[in-house]
Amino acid sequence: MARLAAKDKSARLLDIRGLRIEATSYPPGEPPRDIVIVDGVSLALERGKVLGLIGESGAGKSTVGLSSMSYGRGGVRITGGEVVLNGRDITKGGARLLRQVRGREVCYVAQSAAAAFNPARKLMDQVTEAARQHRICSRAEAEKRAVGLFRKLGLPNPDTFGDRFPHQVSGGQLQRAMTAMALCSEPDLIVFDEPTTALDVTTQIDVLASIKDAIRDTNVAALYITHDLAVVAQVADDIMVLRHGKTVEYGETRQIIKEPREDYTRQLVSVHHIPHRQKPASGAPILAARGITAAYGGGQVKVLKNVSLDIHLGQTVAVVGESGSGKSTLARVITGLLPPMEGSIEFDGRQLSPRLASRKRDDLRELQMIYQMADTAMNPRQTVGTIIGRPLEFYFNMRGSERDRRVAELLDKIEMGKGFADRYPAELSGGQKQRVCIARALAAKPKLIICDEVTSALDPLVADGILKLLLALQQEENVAYLFITHDLATVKSISDSIAVMYRGEVVRYGPRDEVLKPPFDAYTELLLSSVPEMELGWLENAMKTRKMASAGN
Amino acid sequence: MSLPVLKLVAQRIAMGILLLLAVSVLIFVGTQILPGDVAQSILGQSATPQALENLRRDMGLNDPAYIRYFRWLGGVLTGDLGTALSSGQDIASSLKGRLWNTLFLAFWAAIVSIPLAIGLGLLAVRYRNGFVDRLISGLGLASTSLPEFFTGYLLIYFVAVRLQWFPSVSTVFDGMTLGERLSAIALPVTVLTLVVLAHMMRMTRAAILNVMQSAYVETAELKGLTPLQIITRHAFPNAVAPIVNVVMLNLAFLVVGVVVVEVIFVYPGMGQYLVDHVAKRDVPVVQACGLVFAAVYVTLNIVADIVAIVSNPRLRHPK
Repeated sequence: MARLAAKDKSARLLDIRGLRIEATSYPPGEPPRDIVIVDGVSLALERGKVLGLIGESGAGKSTVGLSSMSYGRGGVRITGGEVVLNGRDITKGGARLLRQVRGREVCYVAQSAAAAFNPARKLMDQVTEAARQHRICSRAEAEKRAVGLFRKLGLPNPDTFGDRFPHQVSGGQLQRAMTAMALCSEPDLIVFDEPTTALDVTTQIDVLASIKDAIRDTNVAALYITHDLAVVAQVADDIMVLRHGKTVEYGETRQIIKEPREDYTRQLVSVHHIPHRQKPASGAPILAARGITAAYGGGQVKVLKNVSLDIHLGQTVAVVGESGSGKSTLARVITGLLPPMEGSIEFDGRQLSPRLASRKRDDLRELQMIYQMADTAMNPRQTVGTIIGRPLEFYFNMRGSERDRRVAELLDKIEMGKGFADRYPAELSGGQKQRVCIARALAAKPKLIICDEVTSALDPLVADGILKLLLALQQEENVAYLFITHDLATVKSISDSIAVMYRGEVVRYGPRDEVLKPPFDAYTELLLSSVPEMELGWLENAMKTRKMASAGN
Repeated sequence: MSLPVLKLVAQRIAMGILLLLAVSVLIFVGTQILPGDVAQSILGQSATPQALENLRRDMGLNDPAYIRYFRWLGGVLTGDLGTALSSGQDIASSLKGRLWNTLFLAFWAAIVSIPLAIGLGLLAVRYRNGFVDRLISGLGLASTSLPEFFTGYLLIYFVAVRLQWFPSVSTVFDGMTLGERLSAIALPVTVLTLVVLAHMMRMTRAAILNVMQSAYVETAELKGLTPLQIITRHAFPNAVAPIVNVVMLNLAFLVVGVVVVEVIFVYPGMGQYLVDHVAKRDVPVVQACGLVFAAVYVTLNIVADIVAIVSNPRLRHPK
């Protein structure tokens, strides 16, 4: 690259020193105040190296990553320190310099490629835009480059892929197209912001492998942001652990995952080791689904084919599968939201009506649900006390102090003090919100709770806490869980039996220890082998030993 | 063009035709409810009952209402709008010239106001919350808030009387060159532009600002595009549907709502024609004008719907 010729190539590509980032928050009823989001973070990146930035949400990892382009999302500003890129401090260069840096020296790969692509324009147009904008090459040359990148990243029909619109390709393909977009202008640095978090495990491994290959072949440097230490261990040379906007630990990948020095890092490394002994099934099942076939669009799109399941009191049945495998549809059928075309559901010895509207109040009470997005499952204008108290009023006709006492009891059960009763959902953290949803489900004294991806939106440590809470509550209340998830690590730590779903069918079903014992069928094998492990070189081994291609592509 | 789009477009057009039929029923019923009938109007208050009866029989006014409705509708569909009571002239032929004049005025007002409104909207987004944005919004709102007769007379006084740049009376007649016509309608076009500008401009600004929150706008910013490039290339194409909607509403206003402006500038268009005949209680003319206005309104709204459908890439290029 000509523009680099003049500079010293051995010099560091990126040098961030004492970075301080602030934002102004506007708490209701108080004067606006500045809050510090990132404080005193320093890092250095050589050409062609990959640095993983890891931490929980709110740790400031995306903010640090974007600072390499001197970009502050949503009014965030860099108020201290230096960001030296290719030998100059870009925070002091003004808008013109920034436009030269962005898209040319540093490119960005967003978490949700589906949102980051303009729906109104063809992929090729968007992939080559930065290269054309910065006059790095002609349109024809940029398109040739893009087609080459599509091919390298394993996209289908690379010659015509660019003629499509974003909605015409799958999520995994879009994520790769976004990587191609970042690589097309041949930048010195790419910021990957959780590029595989929104993908299924089986797709994630493909995308991860193609990102890793692309980094190696083009010798571009990268900042790889994620909350998943196992993922970052596969691609990064160095890792920085961030918490509350400060550096916790910064070192080589091997050292961080094998010999972590800080307590917090050790916690991150050891996540997902909840000891759980499988309980044997006994007696009649609380819920028995028999031969469920369900479809959308008046029978046109069959999403469940002849699915049968048993759930016993006090036990957890995990339903695993990729998006589109029909797991959530199964929950909709059991709750009565989608009456099945065929099959029946027996609950506590009685036949459940297929339709929600014709179910008795006790059926509704004994079958509760917890959702993935705790945020949207609560009315933002109601206090926690009102939210948890509602099922008490509705099912048990509790009022006044009796209700308040029960709410306090439930808050205690979910390990939150009774001071929370007067708070609004917006004042709670993600984990606390999910706890309130659990309390609301428990308030109805249910026999079965359907948990639909309840930990997917949470940070690993927080998710861990929620899982432990659910297990403890199961002991106390003897409630059964139908646990829908795509995360196999979660499944291992909480389930008593497992149903693996693939394209609307249950392909493997039985007690946990049997399901997780080889020999596996091809799909279960694929699922299990796709879960990132905190081992160096895991990715390469997994790619080599795979028997079946992922369904997402 | 793909199948779902064609289906949706066909549906909209069918809906529009149904809507127009419904409007024609309403207009017909409305004029039936009014006291007095055509025979009474023609013969006047002093007519004998016998004469009234004879005329009613001759004109078919004693037939049941639905027969008269279909007779009227059949006439409308074949281009026969009946004759005006006050002058005895054929409505269709006098309406044609008037409609053409109104469309001419609306066309030039649209040519000036739509690009201006969208351009100002884009500028307001580019310099959002700054001085330029506030200036544009403020002036736009002020021009809309002033009633058109006020701005109209203001322009007549300053531009026509004092400066003598343009005529104060917008008379047009056959045989005028295009230049003469344009000079004649310059003032009404200005007034109409001032009236509709702010609405379209504010809507453009709001629609684009809404899109500016999207993740793909951030992507564009991180590619190093300039603010104006981001707005025109990435935000605008996704804001077309709401903008077209409000543009079409204003176009409809330019045709249907010009009554006041036409009267002020004595412009021989539909509006003035309508006002004249309302004063004379000439029911067939009012019916005809109502139907034409309704047709314009419905057509423009269908166009807006169709543009919204066609501008959606998900419908244009299904999976």
